[in-house]
Amino acid sequence: MTYNPDDTIIALSTPPGSGAIAVLRLSGSKAFEFTNKVFRSASDKDFSFFKSHTLHFGNIYEGDELLDEVVISLFKNPNSFTGEDVVEISCHGSAYIQQRLFQLFIKLGARVANPGEYTMRAFMNGRMDLSQAEAVADLVASSSEASHRIALQQMRGGFSSEIKELREQLIHFASMIELELDFSEEDVQFANREELKTLVTNLIAHITHLASSFALGNVIKNGIPVAIAGEPNAGKSTLLNVLLNEERAIVSDIPGTTRDTIEDEITLDGIRFRFIDTAGIRETTDKIESLGIGRTYEKINASSVVILLFDATLSDAVKLEAAIKGVKEKTGENTKVVVVANKSDLGNEADLRDIFSTVEDLIFISAKQKINIDGLKSKLLQLANADLLNSGQTIVTNARHFEALNNANVALKNVYTGLEKKIPGDLLAVEIRRALYHLSEILGQVTSEDLLGSIFSRFCIGK
Amino acid sequence: MFEKYDVIVVGAGHAGCEAAAAAANLGSKTLLITMNMATIAQMSCNPAMGGIAKGQIVREIDALGGYSGVVSDKSAIQFKMLNKSKGPAMWSPRTQNDRMLFAAEWRNMLEQTKNLDFWQDMVSSLIIENGKLCGVRTSMGIEFRCKAVVLTNGTFLNGVIHIGEKNFGGGRSAEKASTGITEQLVQLGFESGRMKTGTPPRLDGRSLDYSKMTEQPGDENPSKFSFSEGTSPFITQNGQEPKKQISCHLTYTNEEVHDLLRTGFDKSPMFSGRIQGIGPRYCPSIEDKIDRFADKERHQLFVEPEGWNTVEVYINGFSTSLPEDVQYKALKKVTGFENVKMFRPGYAIEYDYFPPQQLHLTLETKLVENLYFAGQINGTTGYEEAACQGMMAGINAHRKINEQTAFILKRSEAYIGVLIDDLVTKGTDEPYRMFTSRAEYRILLRQDNADMRLTPLAYELGLVDKEHLDKVSDKYEKAQQVINYFKKESVSPDVINPVLENIGSNPIDQKVKLFGIMARPGINFPDLYKGIPDLKEYMDITFNNNQEISEQAEILMKYEGYIEKEQEMANKLNRLEDTILHDDFNFGVLKSLSIEARQKLTKIKPRTLGQASRISGVSPSDISVLMIHLGR
Repeated sequence: MTYNPDDTIIALSTPPGSGAIAVLRLSGSKAFEFTNKVFRSASDKDFSFFKSHTLHFGNIYEGDELLDEVVISLFKNPNSFTGEDVVEISCHGSAYIQQRLFQLFIKLGARVANPGEYTMRAFMNGRMDLSQAEAVADLVASSSEASHRIALQQMRGGFSSEIKELREQLIHFASMIELELDFSEEDVQFANREELKTLVTNLIAHITHLASSFALGNVIKNGIPVAIAGEPNAGKSTLLNVLLNEERAIVSDIPGTTRDTIEDEITLDGIRFRFIDTAGIRETTDKIESLGIGRTYEKINASSVVILLFDATLSDAVKLEAAIKGVKEKTGENTKVVVVANKSDLGNEADLRDIFSTVEDLIFISAKQKINIDGLKSKLLQLANADLLNSGQTIVTNARHFEALNNANVALKNVYTGLEKKIPGDLLAVEIRRALYHLSEILGQVTSEDLLGSIFSRFCIGK
Repeated sequence: MFEKYDVIVVGAGHAGCEAAAAAANLGSKTLLITMNMATIAQMSCNPAMGGIAKGQIVREIDALGGYSGVVSDKSAIQFKMLNKSKGPAMWSPRTQNDRMLFAAEWRNMLEQTKNLDFWQDMVSSLIIENGKLCGVRTSMGIEFRCKAVVLTNGTFLNGVIHIGEKNFGGGRSAEKASTGITEQLVQLGFESGRMKTGTPPRLDGRSLDYSKMTEQPGDENPSKFSFSEGTSPFITQNGQEPKKQISCHLTYTNEEVHDLLRTGFDKSPMFSGRIQGIGPRYCPSIEDKIDRFADKERHQLFVEPEGWNTVEVYINGFSTSLPEDVQYKALKKVTGFENVKMFRPGYAIEYDYFPPQQLHLTLETKLVENLYFAGQINGTTGYEEAACQGMMAGINAHRKINEQTAFILKRSEAYIGVLIDDLVTKGTDEPYRMFTSRAEYRILLRQDNADMRLTPLAYELGLVDKEHLDKVSDKYEKAQQVINYFKKESVSPDVINPVLENIGSNPIDQKVKLFGIMARPGINFPDLYKGIPDLKEYMDITFNNNQEISEQAEILMKYEGYIEKEQEMANKLNRLEDTILHDDFNFGVLKSLSIEARQKLTKIKPRTLGQASRISGVSPSDISVLMIHLGR
């Protein structure tokens, strides 16, 4: 993608289709010129008198034909999102009007924006750094409150400042090593290896923590995958429908109706869950059904949470524990299993509880009668670490950052091993510089001046 | 009256001598003009060459066919490989030198260099006709015509020497300053600045009590700078008895010394503001050290002999510009200096320099074609830093006037590359000294492999002959043979475990390849020879027990992992280094660059994207903008 600021771009900023209003956004050196040609303000003032960050009510004409009554907002460069002159036109939301306005500006010389082009321009004009630009993309794509919050935090530089601080600590560490390398002939104290070890250990812990938030960050961005598993006719599709509040899966009394996996999403307390209904698990000779069962296991494996649903009236503690064991064998160690007894309405709940008293953390519901669905939901939120998400901690959502953090960590672990093995400082420095390089990949650069500056400010050296 | 030259070198210090040698050896008719033929290659400060990072540079100069390594070896009174306990990237050769012999050896080598003439005079201006550099004019009014000029004026341009409240014009103790050139260059549009440096007092060695100090002897098995043979007086040659090295001595200042020095602070040109130039942070004067680090009770002082046949000694660590009587009184309180006699006081010197961002990477000035700057005129400090710039300027001046391509070393190829790139790209506001930490590829830029890195390039340039190149190739082929042997041959526990136990390394429980043993820290060839006579025999018979080969093989095996990692990193970043930005690239029109970046890029005109990325004020975002613009 090349960048030419004289190329004025236009795009619809609101979702496509009809709505109450729609917003068209123009950005580029000719945004004002184009708008001025077709917009007549109600105050009858010329465009050139308008100040930045003001709203103007008026009409847009194509020739003599009145197209729409609109409000325009204008932002003069460099104080706009893209850093260019920007006009936002709020028009009536009919698809027809949107189309007419769109075409009008194209005729005037604007060009349809490419995906991400506004952000690219913002980046090119120094309105944001690379990690912020990435965060904007996430922000636009965020479909839940939690992912929105993280993207917003990143865009404001929260993540950058945390990495900056780690980098500072590492530079301090590096300068201690460099000092004893370049000034070993002089009367300087050698870097205390035990202190260095402590520092490296702290850095590793911190970076590990950040990197591990990626798994969390990732599920927030993409939703937390939850598989509903259980025997045929345990009520999996009914539960899914209740959770989704709509007739999504095919519901019937015939066991094995759900032959494939069906996915849908709900947002609970700002966190997105991706529910996966699965074919029931049982011994079968039906080819299609066994295909479905195979896929079920794959889905279970890929899920963060598995709801093991069973018909409380048709089971007992021994059978259930075997089923739990079976599911746990199929899941990864990070997958959490929630055991849910369905159809509690068909029996005496006290009796049922008695039957399954040996099973821990059992949740009784009735999907059909919508009993205790909230209990299940709060259990899901608890498992999704909702507390952590709402605490405002830095969470890594970007794969590039995740990779850089992991690379930095590998290098730091080598530093630690090197310290244990008492390897010479110049070899330690190789790994330290690698770690710095990877952190700098997220931020920018480290120069040897940083190291020397850090040395000279703190030590008396020089023969 | 005089014939026309290809290259004229102004100044005969370390930079000027290397510049003249390089240009002349490449075939340019060269004239070396110096104010005083008796002070060619004078060591103005300490009588030593090399040291950490600087020793690597001397090795690089030698590998490229320069003279500094040979001269340093021949005039050495002591040799030390510093940092031998650290990894191989830190091993740094250093010699203490006979100051007078050093100069004599240089002059001798220059006199034997073809195509090189000398002239004693002061150059007062450049001859520029129709905007073209045509030669130089001297204070005697002589005009020398030439195609290219290399200016290596050192500390002589408007040099002012300060001792206490006294100050007088001078380029070095008892030598006149040079005037006229700065004024002309400024008129031509050059930006100039002032820097300062200092030097300690020289004492009468007979007046010192060495029994109160710690002896600092040279290495037991001294090595040398030059990759050529027969340069070191300490290594047996043709059955000749090697010379015995001279020791340095270590002593310390104390609170009493500091108190006495403080009494002179009000007369110090440093504190009174009479000196405005910026001094080096890493080579502070003694008054600076006391002032800035007041809680330090003592500072170390090295007593360095000035030569084989002189009683004069140099007090490393006591650089000062305090009044001479204060210097003298304070010195008397140093342990071992109670009866000190002083030959000459320390002094500070201020001189003109030209911020080096005004240069191309070839050291040619951007303003005047065919004019080159090298050494302290570019804001550097140190003999080695000066010498390598001189050499690069000499090479490039010759190539330019012969319409050959520029000779530029990458940061991943040589410390010389790091130095020049730093100067031209970032400039410097204090005297610039090389440190190993300035190099991002320290493990690659070792003193032991300078020949492998650079001699093939020197051969292409025409600075070393085929025989010399073949010797280098042979060394590395043989080292590889040794490595192959180590990868092939195994050793059993009963043979090697006693050796391993001896050095406190974990024993093995089954046969392993020799390579695996060598990769362990602490193991070296002599250890292995003890346990494995076959290996000793193999090395003796196949390689005539050549130490250089076994040392090279050992380094390559022991540090293989690190070397590979750095090489990988260098390759990754070299993609930026290989992206050329053409001379006519117009940064001004790229509105998406930050204003600061646009200004800096326009001023510095980086040659590559890599160089651009190192300019202060050019952010990674700006580099991304350039990359997008270049369609990458």
